[in-house]
Parts: sequence; structure tokens; C-alpha cells
Amino acid sequence: MTSVTDVSTAGPAFRLTRAFQGLERLIVPALLIAGWEAFARSGMLPPALLPAPSAVLHALGDWVFGFDETTQTYSGHWLRDALASALRVFGGFALASALGILAGVAIGWSRLFEKTLEPTLQMLRPIPPVSWIPLAIIWFGIADKPAIFLVFLGAFFPVLMNSIHGVKTVDHNLVRAGAMMGANGRQMLTDIVLPAALPSIFAGLRIAVGSAWMLTVTAEMVAVKSGLGYVLWDSYYFLRYDIVLAAMISIGLLGYLSDLGLKAIMARTLRWQQTTTVQGRAG
Amino acid sequence: MAAIELRNIVKVFSDKRRGRDLLTLDNINLDIEVNDFVCLLGPSGCGKSTLLNIIAGFEQATSGRTLVDGKQVERPGSDRGVVFQQPTLMPWLTAIDNIAFHLKLKGVAKTERHHRAMEFIDLVGLRGFEHHHPSEMSGGMNQRVGIARALLMNPSVILMDEPFAALDAQTKLEMQEELVAIWQKRRCTIVFVTHSVDEALVLGNKIVVMTRRPGRIREAVNFDLPRPRDITSPEFNDAKRHILALIREESTRLAQAS
Repeated sequence: MTSVTDVSTAGPAFRLTRAFQGLERLIVPALLIAGWEAFARSGMLPPALLPAPSAVLHALGDWVFGFDETTQTYSGHWLRDALASALRVFGGFALASALGILAGVAIGWSRLFEKTLEPTLQMLRPIPPVSWIPLAIIWFGIADKPAIFLVFLGAFFPVLMNSIHGVKTVDHNLVRAGAMMGANGRQMLTDIVLPAALPSIFAGLRIAVGSAWMLTVTAEMVAVKSGLGYVLWDSYYFLRYDIVLAAMISIGLLGYLSDLGLKAIMARTLRWQQTTTVQGRAG
Repeated sequence: MAAIELRNIVKVFSDKRRGRDLLTLDNINLDIEVNDFVCLLGPSGCGKSTLLNIIAGFEQATSGRTLVDGKQVERPGSDRGVVFQQPTLMPWLTAIDNIAFHLKLKGVAKTERHHRAMEFIDLVGLRGFEHHHPSEMSGGMNQRVGIARALLMNPSVILMDEPFAALDAQTKLEMQEELVAIWQKRRCTIVFVTHSVDEALVLGNKIVVMTRRPGRIREAVNFDLPRPRDITSPEFNDAKRHILALIREESTRLAQAS
């Protein structure tokens, strides 16, 4: 006897559906790009103001590989620019993660830190990181430091908030179970509270890495003379919208890759959680 | 010397929002002997879990003395193994690491920990699942891990707070039989909280019937029916009738009072 599932998984109709399923997510982007290309070529706007996707790709290609110097001084310098931005993101993000987790766990775990440290930090939190730019420039000058400082400000608070939340919402019974098995204060923190708070801490890190990219680019537009954000802003002055768009694509791509990297670390660290998440069940 | 001595235990919860005090346990006196299997039986809200939490050291009595092995209880400790209503395992640890968690806290090396935990994996019938995480196991299996974790500490008493309440009827019966087998094999003192008359009669050799709020001990019934117990035997039903009568008397008294 052949069951219904046998037919649907082995038949040619199924294979066709499978192939279509792989493609269906490409339909909307493909239509958008085709529409954009057609609109740009129609001449309704000057090509300098709305470059076609093909022109953007050309600019990006030359920026990366330097084949025909379309991008002039930037030709072939993409790696250098991307690396400059990535190092600032990494520096600020690492600093923000370390201090955010430390302060968040301290505030979540101890009443003393909650009372002394938290009000000040919560008062600083609503101030947009960008508004620190004038001070950052007088303190640190025009170089890497103000950018790292801004990235730190943008990444610190999401890590802090999620660490506090993670520690505060640890299942009370797990703490009881730990006390029952003889955990002392330090073990309670390192062996029970910290692992239990990790999912929440990772959620904070993922938000933070996004903020980190946003702020690097912002800082590079005003306070630094290198990196993807600087190229973007500089090209805007020369009305090179193809390079502006190529820079935007680069930032989006690198931000996406950093998130993927973080997700991979998270999947390894939180392996125990995977079977319980919706994503784990589906895949 | 009794394993657990409860002397004039009173517990008052202060309900701050309503500005009044709630008398939960009213002058509890109870001696639990070594190797006793005591069931605390009572309706929900009678304070039986509170009493267990006081013995565990999770909560402090408002007045009265709690002695375990002759020592005053002040805080939770590994001399009292607790099995919670929900398994309450560390979700990031595998079954064997959950069972051996007490040894990890004591600084025992990993191979030694696992070696010692395997005995308990076998005892609760989880061989083959030692490297599974709690999320990969059923509720019954997780509760077995919880029991093994308490047994590994070799505590003077094991305190169980309705550990089988969340399990289906079939698993519950299996777990009850296994618990009795473990108790017979390892000779330990167990205090088991339940609201089910049948469960108390299947498990306990002493059944402490508690009254509804404020919690008092209505009667401590000794029940030495040989095991395995036939739940259809006349002796079982006689005891059940007696306990049900105690409970019914209590509800009638409450109904008249109100």
C-alpha cells in the first residue's frame, strides 16, 4: 500500500514544487531590481541621481577589484575601507559587550549595584549616541577613538538592558535547586544565574552588533577620514550616487555577516536550547 | 532520635497589599523517624508545601523549631534533597551533569563525577539518555533525573513536593512503583507531599492528614500494609475509608462554620 506522503515526496510534481520553493524567496527582490533598472534607464531622472542597479554593481566591482577606476581614488580600496570600519565595530562592540555584561549582571544580581549604578546608567541611556559626537571629537580628535567611543555607546545599552533582564528573570526554582545542592554565592552566579541568563544576553549582543554598524558609519561621516561611512559621505559631495549605493550595500552585507557570525556562536553556546526553539523544530 | 522533628511550627504570611496576616501553619508538631516514608496529605492551600519548604530551608517558620538529624534548619543544604513539583533541572546541562551537579559544586573532577552519577542513571532507569538535555526528554524522564539528583547527595532526608502531579496517569503509576522500590533498596527517609488519597496510600507507611487553612495536623495514620500494595484489597479500602472520613468530617465542619 502506498501512503499519501510517499506519492508527494517521490513524484515529479513534488520535485517541481521543491525547485519553486527554493526560488520563491527571490521573486520579490528580482522584481524590485528589474523595476528599478527599467525606471533608471527610462530617463525620467538624471542617471547621476538614480543610478541603475547595473551601474551600482559596476561601481562596487571596481571599488573591490579596481578594474577600470570608475570609482577613481577608491578603486580597488574596498578591503581597506571595509577593514577600517570593521575594526571600529569590533573594538567598540567588544568593549561594550564586556562592560555591558559585567554591569548588567552586577545590577541584576545585587541590590547594592542596582541602587547605586542603575539610576545613572538609565539616565544616560535615552541620550542619543550621535549627540555625543561634538564631545567625542574634542576628547578624542579625528581618528579611530571617537568612532569606537560612539560604537561603544550604541552597543553598550542593549547588552546592559538584556543582561539585567536575563539575570532578573532567572527561574527562582533553579536558584532554590542550586541552594539545595550546596552552591555558595559565587557558584550560584557562575554555575546557575549566568548560564540561565545567556539566551537573554545573546539577544542583547545581536541588537548591539546592529547598532555598532549604524554608529560606525555615522561616526565615519563626521569624525573620521576613512571607512565605508567616510566613502559614502565623501561620494555624496561628488554626487557619485552609484558609490553611495555601493557603500550602503557593503554596510548591509557586513552587518548581515556579523549577525550571522554571532548567530553561529550563539547556536554553539546555546545548543541545549535549540530543540525547544521554533527554529530548531522547523529545521 | 527522629530524622525530622517539628516543634510548634507556626507560619504567618503577611499579605502586604491587603494589610492583613494569613495564618498558614498553626502549631505543627511532628516526628518523622529514620527510614519513614511519610506522606503529607491535604487539600491545596493547606500549607503542606510551606511545611516542606520550611524543612528544606527555603522558608523560615514564624516561630517553632525544625530539626533535621538533631540540627536546627537555618538554610537549604545538601543534607536535605528536594524533588520539586516541576523537575527544575538546569536546562543547559545533560541528564548526567544535572545528576552530578552537586559533585561539580564540590569540585569533584569530571570523570569521577560521571562515574558516580552512572550508578544513579541506572537506578532511575535512564541508561542511554545520560547525554540528553532536559528539553529532549519527557516530563517523566526529567522527574527521574530530579530524583536521581537528590539521591546522589546521599541526604538524610528526601523532600518531595507533589513530584508526580504533572505526569499522566500511566507514568505516575510507574514512577510510584519505582520510588517505592528505590526507597526499599536504599533505605532513606522520605517526606512526600500530595493531595491524592490514593497516592498517599500507595506510597506512605505514615500518612499525615492536614486540615485546610490554617494548616493543622488532623491525624497521623500509620499504614503498614505489605508491599507491593493491592489497591483493591479490603485493608487498603479500610484505610482509604478512614482517611476519606477524616477529610469529609473536615469539610462538614468548614461548611457549618461558614
